[in-house]
Amino acid sequence: MVRSSLAVLVIDENRIRASIIEAGLREAGHQQVTVIHDVTGIARRIAEIEPDVIVIDLENPNRDMLENMFQLSRAVKRPIAMFVDRSDQASIEAAVDAGVSAYVVDGLRQERVKPILDMAVSRFNAFSRMARELEEARSELESRKVIDRAKGILMKSRGLSEEAAYTLLRKTAMNQNRKISDIAQSLVTAAGLLGPAEDE
Amino acid sequence: MSMRHQITAGFMPLFDSAVLVAASELGFAAREGIDLTLHRETSWANIRDRIAIGHFDLAHMLGPMPLACNLGLTPLASETIVPFSLGLGGNCVTISKAVWAGMAALGAEADLDPARAGVALGAFIRERATAGREPLRFAVVHPHSGHNYELRYWLAACGIDPDRAIEIVIVPPPFMADALAAGRIDGYCVGEPWNSAAVAAGTGHIVTVKALLWKNSPEKVIGVRKTWAEENPEVLAALLRALHHSARWCQDPVNHAELAAVMAQPGFLGLPPAMQMPILTGHLQLGGGAERDIDDFFLPFDKAANFPWKSHALWFYTQMVRWGHVAHTPENLAIARDCYRPDLYRAALKPLGVALPGANAKVEGALKVATAVGATGAGLVLGPDGFFDGQIFDPDEIDAYIARQKSARAEA
Repeated sequence: MVRSSLAVLVIDENRIRASIIEAGLREAGHQQVTVIHDVTGIARRIAEIEPDVIVIDLENPNRDMLENMFQLSRAVKRPIAMFVDRSDQASIEAAVDAGVSAYVVDGLRQERVKPILDMAVSRFNAFSRMARELEEARSELESRKVIDRAKGILMKSRGLSEEAAYTLLRKTAMNQNRKISDIAQSLVTAAGLLGPAEDE
Repeated sequence: MSMRHQITAGFMPLFDSAVLVAASELGFAAREGIDLTLHRETSWANIRDRIAIGHFDLAHMLGPMPLACNLGLTPLASETIVPFSLGLGGNCVTISKAVWAGMAALGAEADLDPARAGVALGAFIRERATAGREPLRFAVVHPHSGHNYELRYWLAACGIDPDRAIEIVIVPPPFMADALAAGRIDGYCVGEPWNSAAVAAGTGHIVTVKALLWKNSPEKVIGVRKTWAEENPEVLAALLRALHHSARWCQDPVNHAELAAVMAQPGFLGLPPAMQMPILTGHLQLGGGAERDIDDFFLPFDKAANFPWKSHALWFYTQMVRWGHVAHTPENLAIARDCYRPDLYRAALKPLGVALPGANAKVEGALKVATAVGATGAGLVLGPDGFFDGQIFDPDEIDAYIARQKSARAEA
């Protein structure tokens, strides 16, 4: 039997990342892409899908279970080995660095699998960059909120205008060589300790 | 000022990583001039991969895992050696309440006796087969694990063929108790605290323990990438000395509360200290109110627990052959023989003047009671090291041992 395109199974508990990978594979012309989030009952699914390539995230604690399953010819008719080619050290390192691992049907030619693995690696990297940026944005938002609370405390306790309160925070931060958000956090904490919640 | 060395090591969240964790957290590594960085992993496959591509220099590993790597049984493996063992014992076999009820009706008692429990389990399995019910499903943590081989050894010695009479699947340790509670598996073999966890949840019953199946038997080890070990012999020796001091500290009951507190941190086990006391004291709740004290339940240091006996590796090899994981050939036997490295252990610890076994291998099952043995340095006490069925494993008679187990299976 000649297969026109490879059947790819993506196993990832992170739904957003899984859909990003799926979209990438489809854009690249792979039509037979299946995504699984939960490994319960996966042996049957694998037998149905008969994947040529399995992409799984390294953080999935079920990797040992899955590897064992891949080696059992009862569950998957054709043995599945890990990675494109053991000699392709650079690909393997890039994949593990990105947090992904790949299993392919034994005997599948490397040039057919490599684009899939490269795609998964780049999507994993893009996802973790996105997650990092999201985290930075979140902490940015958090520090804005703290600064607003600190301004409120100053306005109330010292009768300052909003602008004057902010100027005071900024001056203090500069004098102490610290971030405004740190100064604001100290002030909010101190106010909380000192007394009946002035700010609430 | 002396040079400081960086070592990056991986571990799995299991209590038997304690010697490695304490070496890092309590300063034993730092005192030997080593900055030991630990990374918690979520699967043994990750540990193997990260050692292979050089993220880790060494790691907490299942005893048979380095053998499996060197024998080419796993994908993406690098040559791995074992210069240090992280302890003896520590595992249990836990079964569901329903299976326990069935076994109890057929003569099992809550005394952990492997032979008696095995007879009852065998009778229960035959009863289910006669009634046309599907086979029991047991879980272990990895195909190439002490858990898999000791569970199979126990069942086979009790006349239960583990490949035909039951099904064995792989489940990660932290999921075992949940899988049992949900009825996805009927029993499992795993290290602590994942047995006591099922007992505490009221969903499992501990039916026997590793320390009774094979007394003072090997479990986790330090697996080291061979090329790294060859390039950094002095750093490795310094680490082995740090691990030695750490293991001695972990064994001392005076330190158990502190050790349990360290392991309880979210970065390590992340479980309350009380859950870790059974493995430290050997006092186990079995379920249904039964309890037992087990001698040498888990030893991180005593009885030469850290010595990488070649006979331990060779026994794992015989079981790999027995269950069809590897072919018995002179080449494979040589690979198995070279994997554990008592020479490196001895060379590293010699300057400390501590007790070191004189031999590289021993006849497993020969010691019925704890015995003082010939050793350089201070006196050394070994064993007992008996198998529950009274069998002896002589590493000089491997062919005969493999043949004996094969014919026993053919007759069954």
